[in-house]
Amino acid sequence: MNWIFEPWPWYVAGPLIALVMFSLLMADKNFGMSSNLRTLCAICGAGKSVDFFKIDWKAQQWNLLVLIGTVIGGYIGFHFLSNDTVVYLNPRTVTELKALGFQSAGSSYLPTELFETSISFDVKNFSILAIGGLLIGFGTRYAGGCTSGHAISGLSNLQLPSLVAVIGFFIGGLIMVNVIFPLIFS
Amino acid sequence: MKNLIFLLIGVIFGITMFKSEAASWFRIYEMFQFQSFHMYGIIGSALLIGAVGIQVIKRLDLKSFSGETIELAPKTKGFNRYMFGGIIFGLGWALVGACPGPMFSLLGAGFGSIAVVILFSVLGTLVYGMVMKKLPH
Repeated sequence: MNWIFEPWPWYVAGPLIALVMFSLLMADKNFGMSSNLRTLCAICGAGKSVDFFKIDWKAQQWNLLVLIGTVIGGYIGFHFLSNDTVVYLNPRTVTELKALGFQSAGSSYLPTELFETSISFDVKNFSILAIGGLLIGFGTRYAGGCTSGHAISGLSNLQLPSLVAVIGFFIGGLIMVNVIFPLIFS
Repeated sequence: MKNLIFLLIGVIFGITMFKSEAASWFRIYEMFQFQSFHMYGIIGSALLIGAVGIQVIKRLDLKSFSGETIELAPKTKGFNRYMFGGIIFGLGWALVGACPGPMFSLLGAGFGSIAVVILFSVLGTLVYGMVMKKLPH
């Protein structure tokens, strides 16, 4: 059973994600995490001034439960199912990241340079996290789904729009790591 | 009872995202640099099993637990929204290394600063809702 405390290989994780998708289909629901962001807007009262959020959020309660479960799952994964949480990367990736200023590459789960919460939480890191969040929230809703809704659910159902969206995800991601990273990190 | 099932599905998803390192910023960077098979293996195998399973569901007209026909909401036709929205999402995904599932897994794991990403992603969705009528879809 020791393997469970090690990082899970792709051939364990992929089938489990498929299991999540099928479980939701069996419960008459479609797998898609970013819809929750819209629901959260609706709960906060955004429906009063913006029609897009005039939805019966109670009908989306099931997805919020999946979301709460995801948070609990993260807690369990970190506290009970991990001996050590270092992500062992391709050595080439580590070298590249160190050149970009990420000394924590190859020795932590997230780059401490970006995610460290300390009293001196700096403006640059906060801006990066905030801008990233804005792009994710805006982009997923514009594209009508994120990785779960398009790359998994949509492509599994052979939806052409999802293929376009996934190509878009990669264009954006490649621009970010190749063009923008060298400008903002060094 | 049904609520508990949704919660449990989320727990399995959250554990999987954390333990497979799909929630790691480093893995997302490595993926976009094509320096590891790991993330492609995860998404690819989920997709392959998903596609085969969905064909089986359709061909055999399998029913859900409640006895209903299993509905897969088709995506509306279009190009602009998927391409432009996709690019915007991809920029954010690579920048903070987390998408709308894993970010909640990270929150549970105790990475407090991910809350900034979550908060602003809700705001980003709000901004979309406010300007959507002016955007090409």
